Amino acid sequence: MKYFADINVMPMKALLDPQGKAVTGSMRNLGLAEIENIRIGKHITLEIEAPNKEIATAKIDDACKKLLCNQIMEFYEFELREA
Amino acid sequence: MKFGVVVFPGSNCDEDMVYVLRDIMKQETIKLWHKNTDLEGCTHIILPGGFSYGDYLRSGAIARFSPIMNSVIPHAENGGFVFGVCNGFQILCESGLLPGALLHNASRKFICKNVYVKVDNMNTALTNSVPQKALKIPIAHGEGRYFADSETMAALKKNNQIIFKYCNEQGDVTAEANPNGTADNIAGICNAGKNVFGMMPHPERAADELLSNTDGKFLFESILKSALVHA
Repeated sequence: MKYFADINVMPMKALLDPQGKAVTGSMRNLGLAEIENIRIGKHITLEIEAPNKEIATAKIDDACKKLLCNQIMEFYEFELREA
Repeated sequence: MKFGVVVFPGSNCDEDMVYVLRDIMKQETIKLWHKNTDLEGCTHIILPGGFSYGDYLRSGAIARFSPIMNSVIPHAENGGFVFGVCNGFQILCESGLLPGALLHNASRKFICKNVYVKVDNMNTALTNSVPQKALKIPIAHGEGRYFADSETMAALKKNNQIIFKYCNEQGDVTAEANPNGTADNIAGICNAGKNVFGMMPHPERAADELLSNTDGKFLFESILKSALVHA
């Protein structure tokens, strides 16, 4: 069975996100001052072949922990759907 | 004693490091290509600065899985000397050989300039011959803001693992002297075993008379002295 995954990797909430802060600042220049607390992370998509959803989930979790996310500074979440 | 400077795709301080070790310090030095796994008898492994793998995903994240790291990690775990500068420091953090992580500079700017650092622990293989004064050494990075959770920070302090702190020209560790928002003015750390070292400033860019700045040379002199002591 083939699955698609959508993974979000975000900077930890307690950490300063300079990129998000700079973009938040620019909202004022657009006349959108009511938009605040922008935080910027990464959106990763992938495809995986696995016998079932549980195994696919476990493998993606492994990939996140080992490479896609550095859990010292980021956290991740993902959604899985059948292809 | 034999130095091995690892070359990753995107390393760009490898030549400077080899030049300082071979031509200035007169040491046997070779380059180690990242795709190999043989350390070729090197006792001292250096991970140089640069932009390994284009800094894709996170600085150092992909280099950490290069084949050579399968030999560098056991070398470090067996007490072997490993020293990472700038991107090398980031790779060591990503590999787990050093605690913590290096975040984007608080200013979001890539900072390339001379800064001052002060040794916080003189009793290491990288700092034993460094005078107690502010050393002028350049930094050149976009992601040098050291971060670790409070538990790790407490352990670093307790074990004297903080080896360099950013300071002003007078040697005072102040908030103004912190170039990138790094925790506790940290510019460099070592592991608990005191054999793995990482720092953001570039001592190899400050070790030649021709550059009118040789403050970085004290670090290389320390390495040689330490190796002689343990020989």
